[in-house]
Amino acid sequence: MPQSGKKSGAHPGRVLVLAGGLSHERDVSLRAGRRVADALRSAHVEVEVRDVDSSLVPALRDDPPACVFPLLYGEAGEDGTLREVLDLLGLPYVGSRPAASRLAFDKPVAKEIVRRAGIATPDSVTLPHETFKEVGATALMGALVDRLGLPLVVKPTRGGSALGCSVVDQAADMPGAMVGCFAYGPFALVERCVRGTELTISVLDTTDGPRALPAVEIRPVEGRYDYSARYTAGSTEFVTPAELDDAVAEQLATLAVTAHEVLGLSDLSRTDVIVDDEGVAWFLETNVAPGMTETSLLPLAVEAAGLDLGEVCADLVNTAIDRR
Amino acid sequence: MEQQPARPRRETRLDTYVERYAARTRGMTASEIRALFSVASRPEVVSLAGGMPNISGLPLDSIGEMVQELVAEQGAVAMQYGSGQGAPELREQICDVMRLEGIDAHPDDVVVTVGSQQAVDLVTRIFCDPGDVVICEAPSYVGALGVFRAYECDVVHVEMDDDGLRPAALRDALATLEASGKRVKFLYTIPNFHNPAGVSLSLPRRQEILDIAREHDVLVLEDNPYGLLGFDESPRRALRADESERVVYLGSFSKTFAPGMRVGWALAPHAVREKLVLAQESSTLCPPSFSQLMISSYLAGQDWMGQVKAFRELYRERRDAMLAALHDLMPTGTTWTVPEGGFYVWLTLPPGLDAKAMLPRAVTARVAYVPGTAFYADGYGSQCMRLSYCYPTPERIREGVRRLAAVIEEELDLVETFGPSTHALQRSYDTPNTDLT
Repeated sequence: MPQSGKKSGAHPGRVLVLAGGLSHERDVSLRAGRRVADALRSAHVEVEVRDVDSSLVPALRDDPPACVFPLLYGEAGEDGTLREVLDLLGLPYVGSRPAASRLAFDKPVAKEIVRRAGIATPDSVTLPHETFKEVGATALMGALVDRLGLPLVVKPTRGGSALGCSVVDQAADMPGAMVGCFAYGPFALVERCVRGTELTISVLDTTDGPRALPAVEIRPVEGRYDYSARYTAGSTEFVTPAELDDAVAEQLATLAVTAHEVLGLSDLSRTDVIVDDEGVAWFLETNVAPGMTETSLLPLAVEAAGLDLGEVCADLVNTAIDRR
Repeated sequence: MEQQPARPRRETRLDTYVERYAARTRGMTASEIRALFSVASRPEVVSLAGGMPNISGLPLDSIGEMVQELVAEQGAVAMQYGSGQGAPELREQICDVMRLEGIDAHPDDVVVTVGSQQAVDLVTRIFCDPGDVVICEAPSYVGALGVFRAYECDVVHVEMDDDGLRPAALRDALATLEASGKRVKFLYTIPNFHNPAGVSLSLPRRQEILDIAREHDVLVLEDNPYGLLGFDESPRRALRADESERVVYLGSFSKTFAPGMRVGWALAPHAVREKLVLAQESSTLCPPSFSQLMISSYLAGQDWMGQVKAFRELYRERRDAMLAALHDLMPTGTTWTVPEGGFYVWLTLPPGLDAKAMLPRAVTARVAYVPGTAFYADGYGSQCMRLSYCYPTPERIREGVRRLAAVIEEELDLVETFGPSTHALQRSYDTPNTDLT
């Protein structure tokens, strides 16, 4: 069991779960909010769920909760903005600090930080739409293909749930992938595509420090692990714990905890990796706010570890309160 | 590094029944587009997406009194099961409503349904086997396409223009289908204030379409939810008014009264009606008694024609606001239809733009629409979108169009950089595209 300063059965007071918001991932957030609220209630924690709108700050000031559990995804939810507001109001909350969130949410920045810590991450180039416009898209896309090879991955630098993300198998598909990516944000991360076993490793960081949960292997039934495969039950097979040699499992656990630490994250995170045919583990990204829906990966890892999601969420709440 | 002790390995797809679903559920998956509509419900977003009737003008106080009276006087009937065909008094009143469009019908030939959506379902259920062909306009109503998909029909789209379904295109499609030995079960058409195209079938064409249906022995499913919501003239003559044996007519109170009642109807030839009643009984036993009696009381005791007139004026004001905003703000190369009633404008983007790919950018800009691909069974329609003017205020409509115009400008910039989208199927149909620019 994760350890914390208080017993998980303790009543921390009213916990405010924030879910919804205005990002492209609002629907995912609402589902995650419901699930975490149910989990906390199962651990006998008093819970309120609310959306983020213009009445939030007055409500938080008038009737401050014991702790906030933010479950907002995309901009504002994961880039540290909302957490700045919570800090401003002096409210304890579950999750990473604003500055760390900003770093981890920006995929190219996070990749560079973990690369400097000795973790392999696929070669990549980050460019804004404006640059393609200024120097010529055709030549620039050609140069990207020459440098990174095919297939490659195009994704927005900030965002989740694979929204705006494409795998480009042939150069002719590159313009469509770029247009799809820029619909979600102004910067594109173009990354060498590593083929191999898709895995994710969740990290819980309560009183005793960060510890990895068992890795979860992701096997999409058809195609790739896109939005539909992520949120349609039955579309993906998950193996928990992943079928890995002990040494590889240990290596991945170390990788995820290292990423969590060098990015300066708190409480919980989830790191996505691909292990290629040579056994090299490639860091893709670390999620500041791991998904918590019925088909999300952190709850699967919690279950694989023999833990109860309600108890884990209550521990996270107590840790956040103790931190104040 | 310390790790949690793991439980025994398991493989899960998080759905115990994943191997047991019918093949027709294959497309029932989470989608990015559907998820984006979650944001559209927020007040910060100007939603030009949904087709929610604007019921703000309904006299809720007097309707409340009507409900009280209904429960006091007919509560035992209203709370009980009813006839599978629907309440007799309401069926008589429905005939009075249809008379406004030239239809002379007998209440025995009316089947009350749970919205006209259920009528589409029941008609498809009794006529279509998997692989049977249903002909629809291009584009067509997304809810009907969903029904046809559920019954595994083969949908064939036929081109429209500003006067609605093109007779020549219908003839060609039928000839091609007959030559290939395909069974065409019916033509599904929305002749008035089309959803999503916003156009109406011209009066001369109505007779021509009926002639073609007779020549090729094809049943016509006439879906007419917006028929009484024309802005500038009295109701247009229904196809069913001139052909009683070959047309199944569908009507609804969702737009003329309130969608929450979920009451619609089908008017069908005798033999078809018998099967519809049996299908209705096996589907829901009976349409809801309470809603039927409510509507019956409303039609008998309230100025429902006056309310429809008020709806028409409300929607006309909003239509005008949208057309003016489109005219003032849309980039060159954007075209749209000019509806004379109903809820919708069908907008065609400049060449190379993909409405579906553009939707995330629109949601970021706090405006929502429905991409055109939703209205085609075959993946086309990417260059188009449906804009609804029925619900937002005129001021919000203009603001929504302003935001949308900016999004299109940005997308044009993107396409200028990268070239046209290669993801979407290229448009192959002629679609209504009245150009006001």
